[in-house]
Amino acid sequence: MSTDTKKVLFGPVVDNNPIALQVLGVCSALAVTSSMANALVMTIAVMMVTAFSSMFISIIRNQIPSSVRIIVQMAIIASLVIVVDQVLKAFSYQLSKELSVYVGLIITNCIVMGRAEAFAMKEKPVASFLDGIGNGLGYGAVLMVVAFFRELFGFGEIFGIEVLPLIQNGGWYQGNGLLVLPFSSFFIIGLIIWAIRQWKPEQVEKD
Amino acid sequence: MSDSNTSNKKSETFGGTLIFVFIVCLVCAALVSIAAVGLKPLQKANKLLDQHTKILEAAGLLEQAGNDIDGTYAKYIDARFIDLATGKYTDGDHETFEERAEARNVNKSIKPQNDIAGINRRANKAAIYLVKNEQGRVTSIVLPIVGSGLWDLMYGYIGLEADLNTVKSVIYSDHKETPGLGAEVLNPRWKALWAGKKMFDDQNNVAIKIVKGGAKKGDIHGVDALSGATLTSNGVENTLHFWLGDEGYGPFIANFRDGGLN
Repeated sequence: MSTDTKKVLFGPVVDNNPIALQVLGVCSALAVTSSMANALVMTIAVMMVTAFSSMFISIIRNQIPSSVRIIVQMAIIASLVIVVDQVLKAFSYQLSKELSVYVGLIITNCIVMGRAEAFAMKEKPVASFLDGIGNGLGYGAVLMVVAFFRELFGFGEIFGIEVLPLIQNGGWYQGNGLLVLPFSSFFIIGLIIWAIRQWKPEQVEKD
Repeated sequence: MSDSNTSNKKSETFGGTLIFVFIVCLVCAALVSIAAVGLKPLQKANKLLDQHTKILEAAGLLEQAGNDIDGTYAKYIDARFIDLATGKYTDGDHETFEERAEARNVNKSIKPQNDIAGINRRANKAAIYLVKNEQGRVTSIVLPIVGSGLWDLMYGYIGLEADLNTVKSVIYSDHKETPGLGAEVLNPRWKALWAGKKMFDDQNNVAIKIVKGGAKKGDIHGVDALSGATLTSNGVENTLHFWLGDEGYGPFIANFRDGGLN
């Protein structure tokens, strides 16, 4: 793998993370992180949509009339999201039930649109595809960390497997009521951003 | 970003843009249609499997079924329709029947006088599921219920013994309650509280109730409320009272209470 490919693919995981640095896609990061299984499926869904929409948009980037380019991007993204939703309903009914509207809301996930507009409109299809995968990885990395803390301390489980037995199930652990609610992700994402910027001070914005 | 198309030397014309947009729409529409139509049979099968699983769970047959949901369902479950107003059996198609869809049709539904379950309209018909043993005798029955929780409608099933009074189970299949609070309606320990409770008192009035702070020992009508989820608990109680009452399965239960199911 050349360094360029590596940078496109793995850069978004820490150096240019879509949630932690670009602060995109926070809405869905709040909603689907109550369990790690949900977060994982959401990550894969977002990765697929971002990668393929970036690729298709990149293929036709020289033909897209600039006056309607946002609408064209939206149409492509929306179609892909519907396809992903249908595939989930067909092959993983339980998960699609749990993710409910949030799969449909990938359309409004700023990461997808942001990558289409900022990267795919300028770069070649393969690079755009990898950029989509990379941003999906970056999105997923944050999601999994948030979901890990929420599921472990909120429900006492990891991937649905009991780690800390809850009092209501006859154990000793009192689940943290704040962490089961979506907005607790704000705190966790905030802490993640702080931790990354401690590690990589160059990400701190200048006044 | 605004100059992302400067590499495109062709000048834009109104007609060209229109044609381009039209082609993109056509391709996208084709993609979506192919996915939707092609995956429909699988999705339908999934939905049915999910429904059968919940009905078997309410009937207490889920463990016995193991992986053979459809086989067990076909063997023990006899799906029927009843007319809710008269409480008599009627005809219908289980493939296409959906309570909420039917309830939106003004010709096939009524507006309940006393809508304590908060469902707005109620379909005239209801699908019910007779649970039979190997000898073909009805041992229990599963009745679908729907009613408002805290956030939205909650869908579920109640399993009753053949006396139409003793509770086997209350199983929710679909809800949007708060995780950790109202969503505890799915907690196995809470679900286990229902077995053996009586829905009706000696005068055949609906007597089941949800008790805050915990039901007393030996209370045959009381079930512990969910802690931290008063509104969900109230919703469950109201849903049961509605569906077991005169505007729900009341007439049916009155007809078949004294062993009339066999």
